[in-house]
Amino acid sequence: MASGPPGAGPLDAAAGPLGTAASGPLDAAPPGPSATADAASDDDPAGAAPVEPITAVPVRHPWRWVGVAVIGLLLAMAANSLVTNPRFEWDVVWDYLFSEQVLRGVWATVYLTVYAMAVGIVGGVLLAVLRLSPNPLLRGASWVYTWFFRGTPVMIQILFWGAIGSLYPRLSIGIPFGPEFVSGRANDLIPVLAAVVLGLGLNEAAYMAEIVRAGINSVDPGQVEAAHALGMGRLLTLRRIVLPQAMRVIIPPTGNETISMLKTTSLASVIAFTELLYAVQLIYARNFRTIPLLIVAGIWYLALTSVLSVGQYYLERHYDPGGRPSGGPSGFRLKGAAR
Amino acid sequence: MTEPTDNGTRPVPMVLAESVHRTFGRHQALRGVSLRVEPGQVCCLIGPSGSGKTTLLRCVNHLEKIDAGRLWVDGELVGYREHKGKLYELHERDVARRRADIGMVFQRFNLFAHMTALENIIEAPVRVRRERRADAIERARALLERVGLGDRADSYPARLSGGQQQRVAIARALAMRPKLMLFDEPTSALDPELVGEVLDIMRGLAAEGMTMIVVTHEMGFAREVADTVVFMDGGVVVEAGSPAEVLGNPRHERTQAFLSKVL
Repeated sequence: MASGPPGAGPLDAAAGPLGTAASGPLDAAPPGPSATADAASDDDPAGAAPVEPITAVPVRHPWRWVGVAVIGLLLAMAANSLVTNPRFEWDVVWDYLFSEQVLRGVWATVYLTVYAMAVGIVGGVLLAVLRLSPNPLLRGASWVYTWFFRGTPVMIQILFWGAIGSLYPRLSIGIPFGPEFVSGRANDLIPVLAAVVLGLGLNEAAYMAEIVRAGINSVDPGQVEAAHALGMGRLLTLRRIVLPQAMRVIIPPTGNETISMLKTTSLASVIAFTELLYAVQLIYARNFRTIPLLIVAGIWYLALTSVLSVGQYYLERHYDPGGRPSGGPSGFRLKGAAR
Repeated sequence: MTEPTDNGTRPVPMVLAESVHRTFGRHQALRGVSLRVEPGQVCCLIGPSGSGKTTLLRCVNHLEKIDAGRLWVDGELVGYREHKGKLYELHERDVARRRADIGMVFQRFNLFAHMTALENIIEAPVRVRRERRADAIERARALLERVGLGDRADSYPARLSGGQQQRVAIARALAMRPKLMLFDEPTSALDPELVGEVLDIMRGLAAEGMTMIVVTHEMGFAREVADTVVFMDGGVVVEAGSPAEVLGNPRHERTQAFLSKVL
């Protein structure tokens, strides 16, 4: 790299693409590269003279090193505190991390997330379809639902469902103002699990509705026209043509919602549903080891969301239109047809 | 007012439009268009962009509603039912049933992007016509063979060239055994060297006696294949007749001006 004539190589490479006429005479002096200027037009330039990679002194970034020093210092302080402050009680954390009570709470958090998201996704699709319906009554109903459930805190909604028994002590299914077919005490018909799932799920449905709606709107209207022109009805078109293509847009934010839901399930503790947070609360109510047990819960939440994040990464890569070259059944690309 | 049959002396026209109007907000896309296409005929709609050709085509299978006038396909009023002099809007189900008998080919192909060529073709026969899947597949393969794409059955649209996509789209429309085919500028989105392969298939269809309405800028195709050429401008039919009359010897200034630019 240091010798004279080869050193001119990089300069040629830089001048070539610019197409300057001056590069010709400059090249003519050194023996090797002289061929490039003449041969470039009709021969493969790479074959005429080997192209040398650019070697330049990189720009220095002194502030990065300052940043590294500051962050390193903070990390060291944190680590020091974690190790030396006995009140973290790591032995207690370790004792309870895999205790049966905590594991049961972890399991409850997982299935609560699944149930609530199931209610949210099904409800969200329904609401989105209603919202895009030509019937103004259905559109309005969907809008009011979203307005209400997004406009009130989910904590209140959960508390509300938990306390439904005090509002309607008896629930029944029957003809309005007529005979009842099924009836019972509200607290029996809506156990605490159902109250939590309703509270979380109905709220989630309002958010999912917006996501599904965005997905449906992302599908090229030409796809719908083509389906209609073939004699396919509105619902058939939605189910067979629109929703499968909307998935590309719907799935990534749904992953985010699931991760968010996993953490939001901790609100179920307010109506004494024994999910992960309430499980550790029950324990520290007895032994007053509040910090270590909250750390236990934190570790589990972090572990679960990390697993979901990995899944999310693969899902997003799978549905990213530009991410994969394959035109497979789910990794399809809309470039040609959509725009 | 009854359906326009001539007591069996002449066949019912496949498409009959009488003074059709269509307005988008303030823009009058169609201002009283009348048109008659007999079964087995090929009708080419030509004219500058914005002249209402595509709107008229979309009205024929009720993708657009008409605001005034009457439009019949095969003796049936499009989008409405007439009973004792009153018009009743058709239920979506009945609109869909009638559309199933009319094939449509779009400028931008509009193949279902998440389905292979074969799946695109069998979708409507299986879901709308309730054909057995195996029968539909067999027929779809024959149709693909016919449009010269027998080896691309499992390709997704994104993997096909524009010309190939449009040929699959034609096969998809034919799979419903339509009595009428509508083509909305089928070659306008194609690279010039791919236009021929699509026009060849349309020529073949015309030769077999398919009734076709073709919105096109391909004057050569219109001259060679069309039974009638309709020149539209500003939402009205300016001139209609045989290709020799309209393309060879246009009587109206506007037709002459248009043809002098495109020929």
